Amino acid sequence: MTQETPPQAGTLLVISGISKRFRGLVAVDNVSFAVDRGTIAAVIGPNGAGKTTLFNMIAGEFAPDGGSIFFDSGKIDGLTPDQVCRRGIGRTFQIMKPFLQLTVEENVIVGGLLRRDVSGARERAHEVLRRLDLYDKRHYRAASLTLPDRKRLEVARALATDPKLLLLDEVMAGLRPTETDRIVGMLRELNRETGLTILLIEHVMRAVMALAARILVLHHGAAIAEGAPEQVVHEPAVIESYLGAETVV
Amino acid sequence: MIARLVRGLPRRALILSAILLALGLIAPFYVGDYWLTVLTLILYFAYTGQAWNIMMGFAGQLSLGHALFVGLGAYTTAALFINYGIPPWIGLIAAVAVASVCGAMMGFLAFRFRVAGVYFAILTIAFAEFARTGFDNWSYVNGSAGLFLPVAQYTHNDLWRLRGHPAMFYYVLLTATVLIFIASRIILRSRLGYYCLAIREDEQAARATGVNTFRYKMYAVMISAGMTSFAGMFYAFYYNNLFPEQVFSISRSIEIILAPLVGGVGTLGGPIFGAFVLQGLAEGLNNLLNMLGIDVPGIKQVFFGAVLLVVVIALPEGIWPWVARLIGVAERKK
Amino acid sequence: MPADIYLNVAVSGVLAGLVYGLMALGLSVIFGVVRVVNFAHGEMMAIAMYLSLLAFNLFHIDPLMMLIPCAALLFVLGYALQAGLINRFITRPEHSQFLLMVSIAIIIANTQLILFGPDSRAVQTPYSFESYQFGPLIVDADKLYGAIGALVFAAALFAFFRFTRVGTAIRACADNYTGAQVIGLNVNRLYALTFGLGCACVGAAGAILMISADVTPQFGPIATLQAFVIVITGGMGSMVGALFGGVLIGLTAAMAGLLFTPSIKAMFVYGILVVVLLFRPQGILGKRVS
Repeated sequence: MTQETPPQAGTLLVISGISKRFRGLVAVDNVSFAVDRGTIAAVIGPNGAGKTTLFNMIAGEFAPDGGSIFFDSGKIDGLTPDQVCRRGIGRTFQIMKPFLQLTVEENVIVGGLLRRDVSGARERAHEVLRRLDLYDKRHYRAASLTLPDRKRLEVARALATDPKLLLLDEVMAGLRPTETDRIVGMLRELNRETGLTILLIEHVMRAVMALAARILVLHHGAAIAEGAPEQVVHEPAVIESYLGAETVV
Repeated sequence: MIARLVRGLPRRALILSAILLALGLIAPFYVGDYWLTVLTLILYFAYTGQAWNIMMGFAGQLSLGHALFVGLGAYTTAALFINYGIPPWIGLIAAVAVASVCGAMMGFLAFRFRVAGVYFAILTIAFAEFARTGFDNWSYVNGSAGLFLPVAQYTHNDLWRLRGHPAMFYYVLLTATVLIFIASRIILRSRLGYYCLAIREDEQAARATGVNTFRYKMYAVMISAGMTSFAGMFYAFYYNNLFPEQVFSISRSIEIILAPLVGGVGTLGGPIFGAFVLQGLAEGLNNLLNMLGIDVPGIKQVFFGAVLLVVVIALPEGIWPWVARLIGVAERKK
Repeated sequence: MPADIYLNVAVSGVLAGLVYGLMALGLSVIFGVVRVVNFAHGEMMAIAMYLSLLAFNLFHIDPLMMLIPCAALLFVLGYALQAGLINRFITRPEHSQFLLMVSIAIIIANTQLILFGPDSRAVQTPYSFESYQFGPLIVDADKLYGAIGALVFAAALFAFFRFTRVGTAIRACADNYTGAQVIGLNVNRLYALTFGLGCACVGAAGAILMISADVTPQFGPIATLQAFVIVITGGMGSMVGALFGGVLIGLTAAMAGLLFTPSIKAMFVYGILVVVLLFRPQGILGKRVS
């Protein structure tokens, strides 16, 4: 059931019945979900469930075959990625894409340039880098950073664009528990201090349970559960499809 | 303003630049006519190499048909001068416009239709070849018979009409080269520069960070094309004859990119260093072969090719970054 | 103009196109599998041409007889080049690959200049001036034999890729590099083999071309460019596409030369190239490359 009228205030992102097929394979099947302003939500599901495809549609990498996406009372499905970013959605990539030959600082300045001039962007970059604890490494070439640092760089770059919504695609993947906790802490702080809305794709349940107020569970492209973490995590369909071996915090 | 430009550059780099500039300014008084032409050639390739570098080194778009813009600049200014008496500096305005529009067309077609990488490079070759065969058959510019500028023995230097002593041409080119490097530095520190570098590194990530990649690639191409057209104007008024076969030839395009490739794509010092090295190598080979009494056409180029081969295998980043680190003028980056 | 002339020019264009198609085939095979653009392609063809020239002048061997030897020799050259040098450049950026192949091209072309001088050289076989007549159609013997030779070689190569294990392995590499490695194919060796085969095509084309064309050291870049146009028009990575592209370009160039002035035909050819690059970059018969 698609919704063509703009959603009410308080809801920042509304996905209505969106679908995507790739030449016969249904990647996302009639998914609807809403994220309230100032909250943190998560999308979970086994590999191949369609999570990144969902993100890609929100971020404008490609348009949905059906349904619509509303962001901040405006329709955004069909916009290009840079237009979506300008509307206020920042994203990270599952396989990280830093500007390798540029320094950490320069990477983040590129983000800051969206809404400021060069000196303003540099200031914003420093602000963001301090928050994500990369300020001391700001003159390092991105290519020389370790994995956890690169993850935070991705987040920093997206954050520098002054987004209203931050899409994080498996940002905890490959991190040790201490590093995971560190990022979780930073994200919580960001959300609390600036009211930034965050939507994450995550496999690391530790992070999901610590951060998310609402969870959407996808399986084979369709939504099989939705709601508060404690509730979702106990639903039989979810346990069956996904949570088998994972420890739930 | 100057402070902003030089921020981040190690002191040694500034000193080196100052020394080179000083040497460049006094050179014509100390070197003979022959070496003056060599120096002029070096500056020519440093200039065009840097103009090309803006597209390639900054925005990551490989152009193998840059002779197109040289040719357009040359023919535009020459035709306006010969047919309407329009002085070259005024004609330059038209030349820059023509070249930029042509670059924009090429860029628009390429970027709209997602022609990238190797295919883009081939597209640039096709455009240049199209121009070459087109001009070859265009009677307005005398086609393959060539366009000639009136050469007279001038006793004085006419800067306005670019007629005069070779030293005048040298200083014009020296000024242009210095200006293009300053301009490049300004670009690098501007939004345009940051965005182009981002596009070069990862176009998809750039888009996700809010960069309108189409627009900025277009800017890069148009600026590069426009700057290159000045070299065309210089070419026309320095050599006084234009043949489509030569001016638009793919050999010219390859020559243009050799200096930055050998020196270091994407670096500021690369093109000029590369130009010095290549020209120096050519001269050195000439002298060596003369000394040995060998006068076989082709030997020099074989050596040349061999050197290129060695450079591309051993120093993929170009020679300049390695030298810069060696003498301590590289910008500090860990 | 009488219809005969159109027909004859068209057929002549098609026959010449087949030979150029064979040359382009080599380029297409290399790019389709190894993903490196061989900017020295034309120069390698010139090597074959000069070899055939030598064989003819010294031993009176007909260039067509040199087809196999030239192909074999260039196969070895290509294999060695790829295994020894080009392999390291596969992951390097395009401008590095370009510079590599261009320096090789410069070395080859100028070595030819040193050895053979700048003048154009040609070969005159006993059948150079013969022709066959089929009704209104007059076909030059040398072009006919050349086209047949090209077709035979191309067919043999096609059969190799289709029906042999090695050929299939190479096609697997082209389709899926990682997958090929996973199933245990020695990708490096296959790449070298492919490059060798691509150069063998060029060797064969060179030998064939020698019976009807001249060779100069400047021939290289022109031929490389022509090969590009053909491959892109016909389809990068498609063997039939390369031949088809060759015929198409040969036909277009011939007809354009007839209908307009000969020098315009180059413009037509590049015009087609631009159009293809824009609207169908995979070429008319090519498959979309990801």
